[in-house]
Amino acid sequence: MGTVASTHAETPTGRSIWIDVPEWPGNIAGQHVDVRLTAPDGYQATRSYSLASSGAMPRLQLAVDRLPDGEVSPYLVDDLQAGDMLELRGPLGGWFVWKQEQTAPVQLIAGGSGVVPLVAMIRAHTTSGSTAPMRLLYSVRTPADRFFADELEELDDVTYAYTRSGPADAVIGRLTKERLAASVLPVGAAVFVCGPTGFVEAVASWLVDLGHNPAMIKTERFGGA
Amino acid sequence: MTEHLDGNVLAGPLLDVFRDDMTTATARCASCGDISVLATAMVYDAAPGWCVRCHVCEDVLMTFVRAGGHLRIDLRGVTALEVG
Repeated sequence: MGTVASTHAETPTGRSIWIDVPEWPGNIAGQHVDVRLTAPDGYQATRSYSLASSGAMPRLQLAVDRLPDGEVSPYLVDDLQAGDMLELRGPLGGWFVWKQEQTAPVQLIAGGSGVVPLVAMIRAHTTSGSTAPMRLLYSVRTPADRFFADELEELDDVTYAYTRSGPADAVIGRLTKERLAASVLPVGAAVFVCGPTGFVEAVASWLVDLGHNPAMIKTERFGGA
Repeated sequence: MTEHLDGNVLAGPLLDVFRDDMTTATARCASCGDISVLATAMVYDAAPGWCVRCHVCEDVLMTFVRAGGHLRIDLRGVTALEVG
């Protein structure tokens, strides 16, 4: 069980939630937790949420986007308050993770709230003093929909691909193979892709078309939650 | 059929059965022989459980159903599972 310490609006539809878990064993950047909600009638729903935090810190950060038809995310975004208890299990998943021992250049590619585990990797990369190049390509509807906007503003190696609207000098529209090719690190980089299923499938197949070794591409998909 | 997720989502549920993280375990598909980590499998929500398919041939690797406090796993499509 965790106790909600605070919440913070990230976008018009999403927010960050800090949760204190005193017995937290620590986690690797990229891991997730399963959150279980139980209704008064006993009905239970469990969903996975990536952690934006990593390391030994017993205060976890989740960032959740409200999905209109979701069973869990509307509660987390609209109703959950500081002091509330939350049933969670983790840290989970040992595959979609970045560790400081990994010295290959790293290309991160996010679709929407898929940026959350990638931000954990960016933070871990900064904290560790790793010299491996790390670059982020972030596909998001509009500038206002960016999670961690202020934090990412401080970084040099971030490219945005706005799908609905953006600055006058930006190309607006869905990411294409050509724009992907122009934005990502060359073949040989370790690539992490996280986003909605369709986005991840498209990006992963384009990367292979561009010559990236499938074994160097790690993907994580999310759906209605 | 709804849009699929991937094997990363199985990390929590599979801890109920296996001691180790199973997203990094490799499974050999009984149908096509592909050997891949479970994190790359295609996972379909089949409430109250999951249907896990091979990401190469899309045949069923395993299904699991949670009912009445029991978790039942059918491993019909996996001929080998390797952990660690």
